[in-house]
Amino acid sequence: MKSTRQHIDAAAPGGSGAAGGLKAFRRSLTLWFLAHRAMWLSLWLGIVWSALRGPVGLKLLPGTVRMVRALADRERAYAARWSGVDIPAVYPELPASGAERAKALRSQLLDRGNQVRRDWRWVHLHAFVGGAIALGPLALALTGVWGLWTAAMGTELPAEWGSLWFLFIPVGDPATAALAGVLGAAFLPLSVFWAAPLSLRLHARYLNLLLAPSESELLAARVEHLKSTRSDAVDSQMSEIRRIERDLHDGAQARLVAMGMTLNAAEHLLETNPDAVRELLVEARQSSTAALKELRDLVKGIHPPILADRGLADAVRSLAMICPLRTEVVIDLPSRPEPPVESAMYFAMSEILTNAAKHSGAERCWIDLRYEAGALRASVVDDGQGGADVSAGTGLRGVERRLAHFDGVLAVSSPPGGPTQMTMELPCELSSPKTTSS
Amino acid sequence: MRVVLAEDHFLLRDGVTRLLQAFGHEVLAAVDNGPLLHEALTSLRPDVAVVDVRLPPTFSDEGLRAAVSARTEVPGLPVLLLSQYVEPLYAHELLATGSEGVGYVLKERVSNGAEFIATIERVAGGGTAMDPEVVSKLVTGKSRDEPLNSLTPREREVLECLAQGLSNAGIAEALFVTEKAVAKHVSNIFMKLELPPTESANRRVLAVLAYLDR
Repeated sequence: MKSTRQHIDAAAPGGSGAAGGLKAFRRSLTLWFLAHRAMWLSLWLGIVWSALRGPVGLKLLPGTVRMVRALADRERAYAARWSGVDIPAVYPELPASGAERAKALRSQLLDRGNQVRRDWRWVHLHAFVGGAIALGPLALALTGVWGLWTAAMGTELPAEWGSLWFLFIPVGDPATAALAGVLGAAFLPLSVFWAAPLSLRLHARYLNLLLAPSESELLAARVEHLKSTRSDAVDSQMSEIRRIERDLHDGAQARLVAMGMTLNAAEHLLETNPDAVRELLVEARQSSTAALKELRDLVKGIHPPILADRGLADAVRSLAMICPLRTEVVIDLPSRPEPPVESAMYFAMSEILTNAAKHSGAERCWIDLRYEAGALRASVVDDGQGGADVSAGTGLRGVERRLAHFDGVLAVSSPPGGPTQMTMELPCELSSPKTTSS
Repeated sequence: MRVVLAEDHFLLRDGVTRLLQAFGHEVLAAVDNGPLLHEALTSLRPDVAVVDVRLPPTFSDEGLRAAVSARTEVPGLPVLLLSQYVEPLYAHELLATGSEGVGYVLKERVSNGAEFIATIERVAGGGTAMDPEVVSKLVTGKSRDEPLNSLTPREREVLECLAQGLSNAGIAEALFVTEKAVAKHVSNIFMKLELPPTESANRRVLAVLAYLDR
């Protein structure tokens, strides 16, 4: 789900001190700017809404909804990154084709209790509420500047303008000018250190209030997610069993049968043609070696022995050892996760390392595996040419599905030219005690 | 040779015992679990130990761990590991206790009796015996690594044979070349891996370690 993925790259909410305050101030300006965009969108939405009954409005609708969603996504991302408030978004599924899509969107707009409708309502309010929240720090700062300016001009301007006020102070003589200057100067730090962070926090809370889905909606989305990952898990398990059955049947079993036949032939020739028997026996032994090798590979594909013996940490070290890339491994696991989770992570890592070795053109690779905040996190970075794409191959898609069975996610960052970073996160508990590796 | 054998499958234990006896070697003890193995290794001090990696009570890497700890207590104790599968990490851990008198081969090599006995004897004599599967995994794995990159394909083959513990004569036979050519390749390998001739260290083993240790 989108929300979890954002969580992975969410940086810690901003620093403190003067730089932190200025950063918060700049961010509040960004939000103010976005509020303007919301205002234009809100006006545009009015037009689309009034034309919604006709074909023109219907045609405009998908693009408009997309724009609103982009704005909401951006504000949600800011709330997560700047204030640590994760606002989940559950958008209903949409049909792919244009006409049907527009109709579905219209019915979603008219229906209560879905994300599209909430976004729509939010955009109208945001022009004012969001704007006001974001404007706070700037208004305070401008007041401060006005105070300083009146202090500077306090002795000359009132004579020309008739009167000059700063807040409640009629500025006219050096004493009131000084007071205005001091007060004005006090407004500046107030704006930066108090108002700016406050406005960011308020923004996140108000966004959460307006945009967050209801409990039941989240629950429904969760059920939907579980349903699809469960059927995925069952499917992949089924096809895995079929593969094992086929491999056994066509591989080891067939070889053993052939071996029996060869031995049988050897038995018949024992008296008459000892030379032929020798050849047959050699053949039988080769067959048995090949059958053993196939069985070994099969077992490795089901559950690698090293994973069973030593657990994930050493299994990953072993992967790194036989990986053609020059690999550096950092592992921090206090104990072992549940076996199914271990296995999912192992095969995901294995696939990613194979990919990196095959397609990335990389020389080196860095693996970092740790347990943090209730999740197993692994990142694999290579110095290859990048351009890895989840939607392109079946490999990464498979990794994603494998992790999804356990509510895990895969985040891929692979700009053309590299480097490629694959980050996996798998929520789990650590349970069984660590096996000592001496 | 005086041999200690650890193997939990009765059939295999019995078979290997008989094989060893048939070749005129003495089996001091044939045990079926890790603690007994450790006990036997440290008290009996055999000429060589033949150890299955996966043993009771944990059925994971009990045999390897017993062998490794025995080798730290009795330095240079020759150990030949048997395993159902190839695990480079295990080879690495075993080699970390010293590179002389160690071996790690697939269990199925037992089926070729004479060769298997020769392998055991090589390990008992302080040599190394890595299964071709172990070696090839590590070799393909690290093929991009310096300075191994500078080796020619033929030298690489020779190094693979070295890792398996073959002598120059053995390598010559395996690769269908003259022994003189092998000697030349070997010295080239030593040069490229920057292993100067010394009195003490076994350069052949060091060359193998260069592979295993990257």
